[in-house]
Amino acid sequence: MNALALPAPAGADAASSHGRRWTLLAVALAVPVALPLLVIAGGWLQHDPATWAHLLDTVLAELLLNTAFLLLSVGTAVTVLGAGLAWLSAACEFPGRRHFDWLLMLPLALPAYVLAFVAIDLLDFAGPVQSTLRAWFGPGRWLPPIRSRGGIVLVMSLALYPYVYLLARSAFLAQGARALEAARSLGCGPWRAFLRAAVPVARPAIIAGTTLALMETLADFGTVAVFNFDTFTTAIYKTWFGLFSLPAATQLASLLLLSVVLALGAERALRGRARYAAAGRAQGGERIVLRGVRGWLASGLCSGVLALGFVLPLSRLLYWALERGLADLDARYLERLLNTLGLGALAALLTVGAALLLALAVRRQPSLTVRLAVRLATLGYALPGSVLAVGLMITLTWVDRRLGELGDWLGLPLDAVLRGSVWALLIAYGVRFTAAAWGPVDAACERVRPSLIEAARGLGVHGSGLLRRVYLPLLRPGLLAAALLVLVDVVKEMPATLLLRPFGFDTLAIRIYEMTAEGDWAGAALPALTLVLAGLLPVILLVCRSAASPH
Amino acid sequence: MHPFRTPSALAATLLALGLLQTATAAELVVYSSRNEQLIKPAFDAYTAKTGTTIRFVSDKEGALIERLKAEGDKTPADLLITVDAGNLWQATSEGVLAKIDSPALTANVPAHLRDPDGRWYGLTIRARTIVYNPQTVKPAQLSSYEDLADPKWKGKLCLRTSKKVYNQSLVATMIARLGAEKTEQVVKGWVANLATDPFSSDNQAIEAVAAGQCDVTIVNTYYFANLKTKNPALSAELFWANQGSSGVHVNVSGAGITRHAPHRAEAQRFLEWLSGDEAQTLFANLNFEFPTKAGIAAAALPLSWGPFKQDDVNLAEAGRLQAEAVKLMDRAGYR
Repeated sequence: MNALALPAPAGADAASSHGRRWTLLAVALAVPVALPLLVIAGGWLQHDPATWAHLLDTVLAELLLNTAFLLLSVGTAVTVLGAGLAWLSAACEFPGRRHFDWLLMLPLALPAYVLAFVAIDLLDFAGPVQSTLRAWFGPGRWLPPIRSRGGIVLVMSLALYPYVYLLARSAFLAQGARALEAARSLGCGPWRAFLRAAVPVARPAIIAGTTLALMETLADFGTVAVFNFDTFTTAIYKTWFGLFSLPAATQLASLLLLSVVLALGAERALRGRARYAAAGRAQGGERIVLRGVRGWLASGLCSGVLALGFVLPLSRLLYWALERGLADLDARYLERLLNTLGLGALAALLTVGAALLLALAVRRQPSLTVRLAVRLATLGYALPGSVLAVGLMITLTWVDRRLGELGDWLGLPLDAVLRGSVWALLIAYGVRFTAAAWGPVDAACERVRPSLIEAARGLGVHGSGLLRRVYLPLLRPGLLAAALLVLVDVVKEMPATLLLRPFGFDTLAIRIYEMTAEGDWAGAALPALTLVLAGLLPVILLVCRSAASPH
Repeated sequence: MHPFRTPSALAATLLALGLLQTATAAELVVYSSRNEQLIKPAFDAYTAKTGTTIRFVSDKEGALIERLKAEGDKTPADLLITVDAGNLWQATSEGVLAKIDSPALTANVPAHLRDPDGRWYGLTIRARTIVYNPQTVKPAQLSSYEDLADPKWKGKLCLRTSKKVYNQSLVATMIARLGAEKTEQVVKGWVANLATDPFSSDNQAIEAVAAGQCDVTIVNTYYFANLKTKNPALSAELFWANQGSSGVHVNVSGAGITRHAPHRAEAQRFLEWLSGDEAQTLFANLNFEFPTKAGIAAAALPLSWGPFKQDDVNLAEAGRLQAEAVKLMDRAGYR
């Protein structure tokens, strides 16, 4: 802003070349996302009216209703659950709070599709719980059916609330007690203060978390497939695999994408121009103490969520793994584990780096081009994984062929440069998960007070110094949260990994796929368990970092 | 003359070395949608026998076919191995498989279990039939898939989702036999008889029958065999459907050689070996599927169910009619 106000022509020149660099950077980061999306939109070039007529006549209305229902219910549930639990652990005091504070992050490591098959196995009519109840109390149905609308909302909410919890928690912790104290000194009760003072300030973080959860809900295939619940995504897969119409499938996918763009636009319009910058530091000891029954209710709620979302499913996986024996556990498990973690760490580094550059670009050069590039770069998350993977595969194969021709011309062996290496995978993860990193990075940048940057500039700190000495220390919690989200997402990712990995390169998610493809849930338990443990490592790392008080 | 002679001699030597290399350490690349544990033993046995190393990548069929299309003549893949004729037919119609003329394959694989044009060959038979709970159903009450649409089974039928290709192929062959109108009647009857929403796996459907949630279901036999092996007391039995009419619906896992296979001759030798005695015996004992080659015995448990008559409609028909079957099931409200 003040750069634009500079009257000197030399300064304007410097500012515009500076701005060009940011623009160029943002566009360069958006291109890898744009290309596969274009390939997918290219489906419109081929007509398939018969398939469309069939979909319109039979299943489309139900699919849209189902999808809307799922988004609304899961959206509400994860917001209330995630933000509520975050408030409890960040601002209140009750029995066991210090442990719940980090325990409640653990379900993040459990993929929704694993939670889904464990829940159905345990709770369906033929499962152990209902069988036991029948043995005790006689025949009949003793529980509401798990394979139902309620069941799928329960499973998805338990699997996805940590996205909101994680982001809202750091926002509540970072905003300090001052706003709350001010509200209370103005006569607000604690809960009113929560709703009127704490939530508005944490709103960008809460919205970022809910958006992630909703995009994941839209893109989900594994969970809805286990539940045999028909959504937009299942229609895309059915059109592709059952009706053999990839064009119609990509047309459906681009409609899905369009609705995400509109929804994100509406959200931004609703949020308006309001910007909240936290006025305080991490808070001291002024927590709301929940005494007696209320304290125990809070503990009970946290325990319940933890038991259903983590302890019970993990116990079932452990039981299966032991029942099956550890014969499967050979040296290749170590290789798979290392591949999984290595990929996750590399992808987290690259993706968070890209998201940070985008977040800075949009602040330093908030032109239309840059803002569009950022919107584009964060779209990949909402597409069903397989559809995005195919779009990417076609793009990367094309690039590889051109590189191969270049290699022939230059006499260099440039065949399958991308497709034969993990680069293809890293690009895919970047395309898919920039949105996951974007939420926390952007929310963290939002909290950097503009006045602080101006002050630093006034003290002569510029360019990379500004990044190193002002932004990074302020952003560290947000960057760590982003890296964790990406790492855990990569560890759980299945379709792109399946399609784009080099020969003989296996990860834990691929092992799970190989087992569940034939309905062998017990066989998938060992890789799923290992995957959860692998996902826990970064969660625990984050817990340790966030436990150390920030300066 | 001299400057020419040396390079051509060198080229000849290199060629010879190259040939020598293919002869001793050949390599094949396989794209497979089959589970590693069901296919790798066959790869290992072939490598042990011939020295040919086999690299493979596993994924869903649709993704592998798209991959072959995108890679075109640059593909590293020699063979595509997948389950279900619907998928093999799809690969054929996308033009990614090559026509193979092989007397050995024609002799080993029965005509209805291979592509009429020789672009794919069935390697194992997967039969889809009726499983029932012996505490509530007598075998005499059962007859055919079509009979399960009769109102007498109201609230007693469990099915797997129509999104699974096994059911799509079953309904496609019914369309081939009965025509679309009659088939839609049958599917509507099934939906009316459902005891609960369709399941996402055959295992769940069998367990629901055993637990008494329903009395009958339609599943692939190897799922039943695997569950029965784990728990011999499971209250479920197998019934060969349609023995008085069309025969049991069978499908295959199969393979074809890719159109741009870099090692076509070696790939054909491997495919022929897969259809021969040694590999067929291996397959029979891996997953309770039935060997395609006549005269090779199935495993003990599938043998104990007795001989059965197979539906001999060519499986390419199932592929051709699959999209129609999907639409029919959508119309009938079979989710």
